[in-house]
Amino acid sequence: MFKSIVRTKWFAVVAAIFILLFILPLFAPRFFVYIFALIYVTSLLAMSLNMVVGYGGMFQFHHAVFYGVGAYAVALMLTKTSLPMWVGFIAGPIAAAITGLIIGWFCVRLTRLYFGMLQISLGSLIWAIVFRWYSFTGGDDGIHGVPMPSMISSLNSSYYFILIILVVCLILMYMIIKSPFGSTLQAIRDNSQRCEAVGINVRRYQLGGIVVATFFAGVAGVLFVVLEKSVFAEMLFWVLSLEIFIMCLLGGWFTFAGPILGAAIIVALRTFVGRYTEYWTLILGVILILVIFFLPEGVMGFFQDLFKPGAKEAVERK
Amino acid sequence: MFGPAELISQLLVGISRSMILFIVCAGLSFVLGVLRVPNIAHGSLYMIGAFTTFSITKMFAGSAGFWIALIVAPLLVAVVSLVAERALFCHLYEREHLMLLLFTFAISLILGDLVKIVWGAEYKSVSAPALLKGSISLFGASFPRYNLFLILVGPLVAIAIWLFTNKTKIGKISRAAAVDREMVGVLGINVSWVFAIAFVIGCYLAGVGGALVAPTVSITLGMDHTLIIEAFLIVIIGGLGNMWGALVGSLIFGITHSFGVLFWPQFAIVFPYIAVVIVLLLRPKGLLKSVW
Repeated sequence: MFKSIVRTKWFAVVAAIFILLFILPLFAPRFFVYIFALIYVTSLLAMSLNMVVGYGGMFQFHHAVFYGVGAYAVALMLTKTSLPMWVGFIAGPIAAAITGLIIGWFCVRLTRLYFGMLQISLGSLIWAIVFRWYSFTGGDDGIHGVPMPSMISSLNSSYYFILIILVVCLILMYMIIKSPFGSTLQAIRDNSQRCEAVGINVRRYQLGGIVVATFFAGVAGVLFVVLEKSVFAEMLFWVLSLEIFIMCLLGGWFTFAGPILGAAIIVALRTFVGRYTEYWTLILGVILILVIFFLPEGVMGFFQDLFKPGAKEAVERK
Repeated sequence: MFGPAELISQLLVGISRSMILFIVCAGLSFVLGVLRVPNIAHGSLYMIGAFTTFSITKMFAGSAGFWIALIVAPLLVAVVSLVAERALFCHLYEREHLMLLLFTFAISLILGDLVKIVWGAEYKSVSAPALLKGSISLFGASFPRYNLFLILVGPLVAIAIWLFTNKTKIGKISRAAAVDREMVGVLGINVSWVFAIAFVIGCYLAGVGGALVAPTVSITLGMDHTLIIEAFLIVIIGGLGNMWGALVGSLIFGITHSFGVLFWPQFAIVFPYIAVVIVLLLRPKGLLKSVW
């Protein structure tokens, strides 16, 4: 597995980028360090969505719920209980994965648009509870000032923590996608009927894919709390789910690194455009329309076509 | 715990809220059925309808403004949707649902910010016309006249939609296009314009819903996002493209919410979602027959 990663000619480039990112806090201003950390968190979230949407072909319409559940789980553990801090950090992804298991168990009985709609309704149920349960979740105010272990409380140390976890998660995700399990998921995406005919339990594999993806979404939620030290109910609202979708679309559905690129573009644009105008969503909408009209394969897919024409027919769908 | 008067009046409040939901959802369901477009921008058009109603009622003195707005605001929404359809949507009908969904989301982001540019971010409110102000006594409980008006308007709209889809030629063609659009094209009918008309009619209903809701809520940015998710769930539990399904779904949604307000106000918004989840678990494809 690792040999195949090392063998690719891109390994040197990727390693150089990560070394550059590791020494970033030494020379960059605080603001840039913060923006880069935010990009890491968002790209982990977008990649976890891409595992089910791009590789699994499922209409995961309400992915933000699992991000929010992960974040709320760690925030509640750290503020309401006196358990060791690291227990909360592990509880976040596990809570997200359990939520994913429950919601996914209902959703995999359906397909496509119905799958997505059932997920939105179940997710909105969780959002509504979090939004109104003032005494427990803080309602629409959220939870602020979550205490962090002193090791990762400063911006630079949380930056390193987030980057290391991101790298670990990226390697894990890459291994999962290249594993037999990942290949089966992609086969189900391309032709679920044939997979069923050769004896694959389609629903079980889809459920497995959802649980893995929601686990990583929970990790992203925990990292968000590490960075911001607060959570709020908007993290579970469906608008955020569609924003993550936009990141995947912008970067490219069927590429591994596409969602990272999409998340980086969206977060950077929001930050820098937001300085000049309050009408950021107008610009986001225009960008999205342009992408749908002119770059349906995303930025990454566009470059792949440019350099390796003919590489994409493997992922063509109806 | 609660007298029958409270229960009945709360039931009527729930039904009157359902009627607004129904009018909006019937439009969404029509667009979904005929065009197969899950139109997230539908909620934005509803919001535009409400904001236009606010502006028009301010323009005229007295209660004439509201009645004029009830006619003009939906027409304005229809014009906006016609421009959007002819300029953008009509190039994308062959794309898959996910793309269309994201595309309409982009439109809703743009419309949301345009509303912010035109009307600003403050809360707006519209007062009901003099004829419908105040409340009447019903079964020993006082009940707002405006809600009674809504309960009367809902069935009228339902009958109008039924007449349109079953008795007019264009309605019949659009029903046929919902089932088999290629066959309709083969018969020499310009499907592109059938789609445009169906889309505009669906969006017109969003405008009607927006105008009707204006006196009952505070008009604010973000009302599009809360509405559209409810509307989608209603359309799904009713059966895609089925107008009566939209009615049943709206009643389930509105009545569970209003009884939620009565029994457990803090978690009132949770109840409709629980109802939707139960329906979807029992009947995943909706209660009534879907045209898909």
